[in-house]
Amino acid sequence: MEYLYYPGCSLESSGKPYGESLTAVFRALDIGLRELEDWNCCGATMYMSVNEALSMAISARNLALAEQAGFRDLIAPCSACYTVLLKTNRFLRESPELRAKVDQLLGQVGLKYSLGVKVRHPLDVLVNDVGVEAIASAAKRSLEGIAFAPYYGCQIVRPERGFDDAEFPLTMDTLFQRLGARAAYFPLKTRCCGGMLMTTFPDVCLQLVKDLVECAAENGAQCIVTTCPLCQVNLEGYQKRVNKMFGTSYQVPVMYFTQLLGVALGCSEKELGFHRNLIPWRAPISVLAA
Amino acid sequence: MASARVDASPIKYHAPIPGSLPAPERELRRRFLEEAQVVPGGDRISQCLQCGTCTGSCPVSYAMDISPRMVIALFRAGQIEEILRSRTLWICASCYMCTTRCPQSIKITDLLYALKRTAIDAGLYPERFPVYLLSKNFVRVVNRYGRNQETLLLLLYYLRNPLGLLRMLPLAMAMLRRGRIALFPKKIKGVGAIRTILRASKDFELPREKEAVPYTEGMVGYRAVG
Repeated sequence: MEYLYYPGCSLESSGKPYGESLTAVFRALDIGLRELEDWNCCGATMYMSVNEALSMAISARNLALAEQAGFRDLIAPCSACYTVLLKTNRFLRESPELRAKVDQLLGQVGLKYSLGVKVRHPLDVLVNDVGVEAIASAAKRSLEGIAFAPYYGCQIVRPERGFDDAEFPLTMDTLFQRLGARAAYFPLKTRCCGGMLMTTFPDVCLQLVKDLVECAAENGAQCIVTTCPLCQVNLEGYQKRVNKMFGTSYQVPVMYFTQLLGVALGCSEKELGFHRNLIPWRAPISVLAA
Repeated sequence: MASARVDASPIKYHAPIPGSLPAPERELRRRFLEEAQVVPGGDRISQCLQCGTCTGSCPVSYAMDISPRMVIALFRAGQIEEILRSRTLWICASCYMCTTRCPQSIKITDLLYALKRTAIDAGLYPERFPVYLLSKNFVRVVNRYGRNQETLLLLLYYLRNPLGLLRMLPLAMAMLRRGRIALFPKKIKGVGAIRTILRASKDFELPREKEAVPYTEGMVGYRAVG
């Protein structure tokens, strides 16, 4: 089995540990992962606030390249890329006029896209293609003793009809519970972290981050597990400022779901990029001893 | 798309003359509806029940000056200018909770994007305006390198706001030490293709779902949205 992989801009800098752990997990499961050659920016949500039409054409170039490479599934780990690429695909499918125009634009650079690519999130691929049972039988360590807050964020479950419920997704809960961890009560699992508001309106965003971290900590989670590079940076990197602003003293580690999964699959902490996390997390001795 | 600035300098609250809208308002309304027609299902805006589910679901409505429900109410009342000048548009983090929950399937987040584009197009935005600045720089960086370069984007953004940069410094240093900041921007091979697409898409417009309804003076409220 081999998948085509669209890392997205974040995974090359702030989200580096996400990319590293994702690669490690796929390697451990013996699934091929090939990076899409010469991919470009998906357009993200910001592009849309300036010029929606342009954002569609730019993002369609990636889909065309993926099709050219002969793959049916394209894995997009960043929530923003995932949503934008899915949306482009849907718009192109639903509107023949738009498709004709995008075809014409792509034609000028020698590309062609005939809607043959499916955009997938790695969580979806791991749980629905590989399967929870297959992962459990490949696991080398049990995650017993870990209580985690499953934080999905907003854009992998909304607005496109994705692979899980828009408000109470359970994919991650099921996966890690099967591997022995305990999902803490975390009703804010799809509450927004504020995203780019951290740059534009930090005071508004810090409040959102505080709510999330507080909810996780008060419900006994030892760590927050995320699926999005922006959520991870907001929740981890700004805890210090939250503490300063609200007089709290949170120190909750925030990791990518692939990092925790990699621990279960027996990957080393270095392979999983744990040394890059700002708030250190040590797996409980019980986990590492197994 | 026309991008001439609309002359609407000081906020004028329209005198509530039933059945008539002042000229700038009509123009803004036309522009907004044009943008809204690009959104699939954008015309569902006429089905709003004013139930407030959107406002109640919104994680940032506490910081807005006009709640999402009020945005639609003001639109109906013929006060688009007031919406375009509000903080609300720029505070929306586009988490799509309102869109998911709306019992009338109104695409609220996408309509807010349409309003953002209308406001930018008409040059109507608050004076200190971080979102537009960030978006503009984002587009600039992507056009240049084909990919977003977080470091460069934030540097460009904080040029206007050195104090903010100073506050970011401890986090930036910590990220740098852990190899989470890419210092040198990478250009993709196909950046020429990106620019070609850019040039060719200058007059590229998304197809409209319906023809715009021609506007007459009497179009306020429900009549204005068909």
